[in-house]
Amino acid sequence: MNRLSFLLAILVAQPLLADSSLPPAYWANRQLPDSRQEAKAEALMAEVRCLVCQGQSIADSDAELAGDMRDLIRRRIAAGEKPSAIQGWLVQRYGTWISYKPTDEPAAWPLWLAPFGLLLVGLWFVRRRIGQRRRG
Amino acid sequence: MSKAIRFAPLALLLLVIVALVWRLATPVDTNVHSKLAGRPVPFFTLAAALPTKPTVSSTDLATGQPRLVNIFASWCVPCVSEVKVLQSLKSRGVPIDGIDIRDRPADLTDFLARNGDPYERIGSDPQSQLQIALGSSGVPESFIVDGKGIIRYQHIGAIQASDMPMILTKLEQAK
Repeated sequence: MNRLSFLLAILVAQPLLADSSLPPAYWANRQLPDSRQEAKAEALMAEVRCLVCQGQSIADSDAELAGDMRDLIRRRIAAGEKPSAIQGWLVQRYGTWISYKPTDEPAAWPLWLAPFGLLLVGLWFVRRRIGQRRRG
Repeated sequence: MSKAIRFAPLALLLLVIVALVWRLATPVDTNVHSKLAGRPVPFFTLAAALPTKPTVSSTDLATGQPRLVNIFASWCVPCVSEVKVLQSLKSRGVPIDGIDIRDRPADLTDFLARNGDPYERIGSDPQSQLQIALGSSGVPESFIVDGKGIIRYQHIGAIQASDMPMILTKLEQAK
C-alpha cells in the first residue's frame, strides 16, 4: 500500500517551476513584418550571448530572459535603431561578455596574434626539414 | 632525438592535468556583473505591480538617502527565503523598493501574504525590460542606490542572513 501511494505520488509530482507563468513577450518568437529589419535583428540576436544559458546566443536559447531580449532587439530595430547602437547599449550594461563578436581589447590580442605565431612555427619546421634533406 | 625532447609530451600532459585540477579547485565566477555599478540608475518608469501599493521610478531612487532595490518575483524560489532577510533589514530602517519581474498581481498578492511584505514600493516589469536596462541577469538580485541615484553595489543571488552585516555596511558607505 505504501509503495503504491509512493508510486502514485511520483506520477502526480510536478517539477519545481523556475519560470514565470507569463507568456513569452510579443516579439520573442515572432518575425518582424519587414524582412530587411528582421534580417538585421536576427544577425544581432545571433551575436548576443544569453545570460541564462551562457553557451548559447539569445537566438538559440529558450530562456525567458533571452525571449525578452529578442523582443527588445526587434522593437528597437523596428523603431529604426541601428544594430551597432543596440549592441553598444547592451555592452554598456553587461560588458563585452554579452557579445560573441571578438573585440580589439588587449584581452583578445592573443586570439588575433595566434595565427601569425602558428605561421612562424610552421615556417621554422619547414626550414628545418629542408635543411635536413639537403644535408642528407 | 635528445632525451629532453622525449619527455616533452609527458611534461605537457602533466601541465594540462595541473591546469585542469586547478580550475576544478577554483571554479570560474559565472555571474555576470552589471557594468552600471558606480553609474546613475538609468531613467525609468514602471506600472504599479499592485493597485494598493505605489510604484517605483528612477526619480524615487534619488531622495537623499541610500535605498535597496530588490529584483524579485513570486515564481522565484530563492526569493521566498530572501524576503525574511529583507524584513529584518526593513526593521533596521532600510528602505526597500521592489521590482517584480514577469508576474501577475494575484500571484504577487499571494506571495506577499504568505511570506511578508518588506517593500515600500513595487513596480511591475512584465517583460524584464528594466532588468535588462539595469544589467541584471536573474532573480533575485539587489542594487544599493545612494541618495543621488548612483548604483553603489550589486548583489547577485538571494541576500542571506549572513550577508546582512555586509549589506548594512555598504548602505552606510553609500550615505
